[in-house]
Amino acid sequence: MAAASTLKNMTLCLTLVCLICAAVVGVAYAVTKEPIDAAAQAKTTASIARVLPEFTSTPQEGSIRVGQADYKYYKVDGAGYAIISSTSGFGGLLTLMVGVTGDGKVCNTTVLSHSETPGLGAKCATDERFLSQFRGFDPAAKTLAVRKDGGDLDAITASTITSRAYALAVANAVEVFNQLNKGGQGDE
Amino acid sequence: MSKWHFITDGFVKNNPTFVLVLGMCPTLATTTSAINGLEMGLATMFVLILSNIVISLIAPKVPDKVRIPVYITVIATFVTVLQLLMQAYTPAAYETLGLFIPLIVVNCIVLGRAEGFANKHGVGESALDGIGVGLGFTASLTVIGLVREILGSGSAFGWKFIPGDGILAFVMAPGAFLVLGFLMVLFNKYLAKK
Repeated sequence: MAAASTLKNMTLCLTLVCLICAAVVGVAYAVTKEPIDAAAQAKTTASIARVLPEFTSTPQEGSIRVGQADYKYYKVDGAGYAIISSTSGFGGLLTLMVGVTGDGKVCNTTVLSHSETPGLGAKCATDERFLSQFRGFDPAAKTLAVRKDGGDLDAITASTITSRAYALAVANAVEVFNQLNKGGQGDE
Repeated sequence: MSKWHFITDGFVKNNPTFVLVLGMCPTLATTTSAINGLEMGLATMFVLILSNIVISLIAPKVPDKVRIPVYITVIATFVTVLQLLMQAYTPAAYETLGLFIPLIVVNCIVLGRAEGFANKHGVGESALDGIGVGLGFTASLTVIGLVREILGSGSAFGWKFIPGDGILAFVMAPGAFLVLGFLMVLFNKYLAKK
């Protein structure tokens, strides 16, 4: 039967179990570190490839502060910028990657993470009618806002808040691009 | 006596979802589609089998008073390993299940089987029990997910056969309670007949 519950036994047992468990987790971490990094890298590369025209150069990571927020972006020579932009959606943070080409037009957008309502706002990640509006969007000619707010985008049915957040995230990304472009001409 | 009943018990008599009503948090939250339910069930089964095996091995050596901390440490270790493995090899599944993977640590099914079965039985029996209860949990979650997916999104295992939206409530929380409740009634009616 079980060993007696003396202080010595209990301390010994817990210490031993914790040491072994820590070793197991350590080994698992070491073994999976590379595949995890590779998976994250593959996801980023796939997202960049989706939002920007075809490119051959390696994306360069950077970050910039615009207004109150920090933005992470990937600069791709010959294609443009892939900018990560987050806003508050209906159910939490809505994070997009927005590709902006050198001429300032939105190339494409993709949702990196969201917590919108399934079947309603969650459609922002899949609804082709909504998403296609952003492809080739020229912020100079049209307004990045839903029609209710006087813009040129059709919102997802019954998900105005999500659509608004999406439009705002793209608008912010365009703003980041403008800053990057301005800075780029000055410094480089 | 054949050892097969350890597996079938987990499926029917000790079905964790419909009979023991354990692990309701992941059951309600992750069954928005059949695939999600299946993945959650398999993830739990992985932890359940391994923790059952290890706990049945170490139980005779563990002093009674530190029993629970030791079990939790073992379970948490397997959950962390699972989390790392999923992040590495099935990143998509890891993303959809998200928070509910680390929460397997506090899933009452896992600790319940450790405390109620594995520490009193041998390695082989505990492994079989882990498989049985794990399969029972997986099957229950998949069925709940399937019903919710059919009613809520008009699809099954991602294959869409009704165009357009389904009954949205079934994808959201109310649908989870409704489907769980009705399936529980059906399951227990069938059991009572036997």
